[in-house]
Amino acid sequence: MAKKRVVSAVINGEPTDFLCEPRQTLLEVLRDVLDFTGTKEGCSNGNCGACTVRLNGRIVDSCLVLAVECDGAEIETIEGMAGPDALHPLQQAFLEGAALQCGICTPGFLVAAKALLEENPNPTEQQIRFFLAGNLCRCTGYDKIVRAVQACAAAASEH
Amino acid sequence: MATVEKQRQRKYRVLGTRPVRHDGVDKVTGRARYGADTHLPGMLYAAMLRSPHAHARIVSIDTSAAEAMPGVHAVVTREDFPDVSNRIVELGEGAVNLGHLSQNVMARNKVLYKGHAVAAVAADSIHIAREAAQRIRVEYEILPPVLDVLEAMSDDAPVLNEDVRTEEFGGGTGDRPTNVAKHFHYEKGDVEAGFARAAVIVEREFRTATVHQGYIEPHAATALWNPDGHVTIWTCTQGSFTARQQTAELLGLPVSRVRVIPTEIGGGFGGKISVYLEPVAALLAKKSGRPVKLVMDRSEVLEGTGPTPGSYIRVKMGADRDGRITAAEAYLAYEAGAFPGSPINPGCMCIFACYDVPNGRIDGYDVCVNKPRTNAYRAPGATNAAFAAETVIDEICEQLGMDPLEFRLKNAAVEGTRRIDGVTYSRIGMKETVEAILNSEHYRSELKGPNRGRGVASGFWFNVGLKSTVVATVNPDGTVSLVEGSTDIGGTRTSVAMQLAETLGIAAEDVQPLVADTDSVGYTDVTGGSRVTFSTGIAAIEAAKDIQRQMCERAALIWDCPVDQVRYEDGRVVGPDGQAFTFKELAALVPSTGEPIVGRGTSGKANQGGAFATEVVDVEVDPDTGKVQILRFTVAQDAGCAVHPSYVEGQMQGGVVQGIGWALNEEYIYDDQGRMLNNTFLDYRIPTCYDVPMIDTIIVEVPDPNHPYGVRGVGEVPIVPPPAAIANAIYRAVGVRMDRLPMSPPRVLEKILQSRAAAPAQ
Repeated sequence: MAKKRVVSAVINGEPTDFLCEPRQTLLEVLRDVLDFTGTKEGCSNGNCGACTVRLNGRIVDSCLVLAVECDGAEIETIEGMAGPDALHPLQQAFLEGAALQCGICTPGFLVAAKALLEENPNPTEQQIRFFLAGNLCRCTGYDKIVRAVQACAAAASEH
Repeated sequence: MATVEKQRQRKYRVLGTRPVRHDGVDKVTGRARYGADTHLPGMLYAAMLRSPHAHARIVSIDTSAAEAMPGVHAVVTREDFPDVSNRIVELGEGAVNLGHLSQNVMARNKVLYKGHAVAAVAADSIHIAREAAQRIRVEYEILPPVLDVLEAMSDDAPVLNEDVRTEEFGGGTGDRPTNVAKHFHYEKGDVEAGFARAAVIVEREFRTATVHQGYIEPHAATALWNPDGHVTIWTCTQGSFTARQQTAELLGLPVSRVRVIPTEIGGGFGGKISVYLEPVAALLAKKSGRPVKLVMDRSEVLEGTGPTPGSYIRVKMGADRDGRITAAEAYLAYEAGAFPGSPINPGCMCIFACYDVPNGRIDGYDVCVNKPRTNAYRAPGATNAAFAAETVIDEICEQLGMDPLEFRLKNAAVEGTRRIDGVTYSRIGMKETVEAILNSEHYRSELKGPNRGRGVASGFWFNVGLKSTVVATVNPDGTVSLVEGSTDIGGTRTSVAMQLAETLGIAAEDVQPLVADTDSVGYTDVTGGSRVTFSTGIAAIEAAKDIQRQMCERAALIWDCPVDQVRYEDGRVVGPDGQAFTFKELAALVPSTGEPIVGRGTSGKANQGGAFATEVVDVEVDPDTGKVQILRFTVAQDAGCAVHPSYVEGQMQGGVVQGIGWALNEEYIYDDQGRMLNNTFLDYRIPTCYDVPMIDTIIVEVPDPNHPYGVRGVGEVPIVPPPAAIANAIYRAVGVRMDRLPMSPPRVLEKILQSRAAAPAQ
């Protein structure tokens, strides 16, 4: 076993130091070391998107990132999405639009959808579907997920 | 592309509304705890060693190198499992042979598929556990595998299980080891006479590939074994009581020694009913004296759990000039995988279940092959069968020059129709789903453009009743805490809470549902068979009635009047002389006027009347590549009474998209040695949101007389018609009849090229 390294990162706005082995993925460290279990593991090879997080603003599959690569990085997970008093509008839109069934893919979809709307506040249906194609959902058939993102974008553009 | 919903008279205050689900905030903030999120002090991580061969005898297992590794705390193999007899037990959704189940959880003398569990290791970290598992030396004597259902049925095929004899339906057992575990046979009327009367007869053969439920959450179990012999298990299961029973039986413990705490469950679709990990984690915990967590990775899920069977189906159907079915015959052979138990019987019972067939014969065979032991997948057995029957019907309609929906309307099963397997229907909504599609904007619209086609198909699924328990406590603030045993996969906390709220005349938000563990709530069967909203709903209604009764008694006490002068009405307790309490007013008085008010409800007598769906799809086929694009899809389904319409639509849309994946992409691809070649989500390709359009829904409501509010289960039937509907659409688009699933680009292209080669040169 290789020696553990100290990694310093900012996670959901909080400076965080953690110890990890060089072989540990960011996903494993988030879940098993730091207890951010909102980030889910569905496949561990970058095919399902359940472990989607933002790394320096970009969305990544955290199962494909080694934790030691994150020294100095800013990381956003699902746990950082809601404020202390209110949910993020996307989270609210997912609830009101019944855009989740089992809920296991939901954190990944929300993190990815937030990145989409920041990049493109008024996406077309095709743009939403293209952007979210890296996130698999087996329960909903995607209809209500796409509609929730549309509803959130429409509400934001009214304000 | 708006979602259409049938307007109906609003009979109810709560049912038919769309409250935000009670567990929603936990699930959008990442706080909900799923199977792999369990973490206990001192917990070890475990990994499995699995067979690299599809069929082999285990000569020896040497675990010494693994046990010698620093950080390894326990290793288990077949030596650690008690020998359980070949006892058959009822596990909620079908009977299971315990000996086979135990051999599936940990291989004994033979491995029967690649991915069959052979050993497990618990260590300080998952990395050490995986490394140690690789150091276990297993000596195999490799045997020839049999992978095809028809080959497995032949007399000279390698036999998987020496203890399997063919059980004939209605009695009789074969006298030699075989792969054919069961033969079902159903007959009605005079089949030969029926075919003799037919003006048109179509007979075709079909093949479908093995497919997986594809839930995004891999199986996970964490176990703690106390020195007093009490075992606690945290697991993402569709049924905590069946997980308890299976675990106890396989470990030789009384059920009272095993407590199962269900975590949230990240999808199941039937695949999280059998145990795989729970007994293994428990034995590792016993050996190590520490809590142990065991989680599958994706390839273990695909190779080591139960997919749904590949199949061979032959269908023959005849109809007269007027388009009435005169006779139908089917032969179905389903791959059970390593051990008997494919959903062949439901396949047989579903294949012609949408129609009034006067003369029919169905033969079905349950056949072992060297693939994972199959398991339930959303309307298990029905989708394979519908692909065959509904495609043959389309061809009959073409020959008769008849609209395929008019044909279905003419032959639709109705109340009183007797199925070939003997069951007579109560009030059902098959006809209404056909009418809904016939009258839909989608079906009436014109589809233009080259290589485009429209197809329709119908489907049936039984839905089950089974047993549930609900306990509900009245709180002084006028709310009710509801405790249930049904694990919640798709929003049933809310659909059950809404039925309790409706019965009490309070708001859905004033009910707080909680899914409890096996020591905290009464027996409850699995979340499966589209049963929870129906059956746990009935238990909730009973609990609400129990509360009504106690509230009336309490009010009588307060008013000092006979209880028969008090009645519960519209969320109020009404007494003599115009006296009345709202639910909230009386709830506030409960603590100061007597004992707590706790309602109790159970269910188990009622059985469901069955669910039907009819679907229409428009496709465009690329004639150069064979790729099929879904342009538009509409599903009409009988929900009986849509308790929460959004979640009913969600089941319809989710089922349809799984059906699209089954139709177009999904299959286990094997080499000739039985090694799965596509054991990742990259290569076992389920639909992404870029592959599908919005799925339009039409909720039809023909109340089920077996439920107080007319509820029918909605979870399963929408997956049944898509492969057939899409096959029929492909035919309309490019003129080729598909007879194999999936209808992936190479298969469609092959058919197109064959039809071009066969066409006369111009």
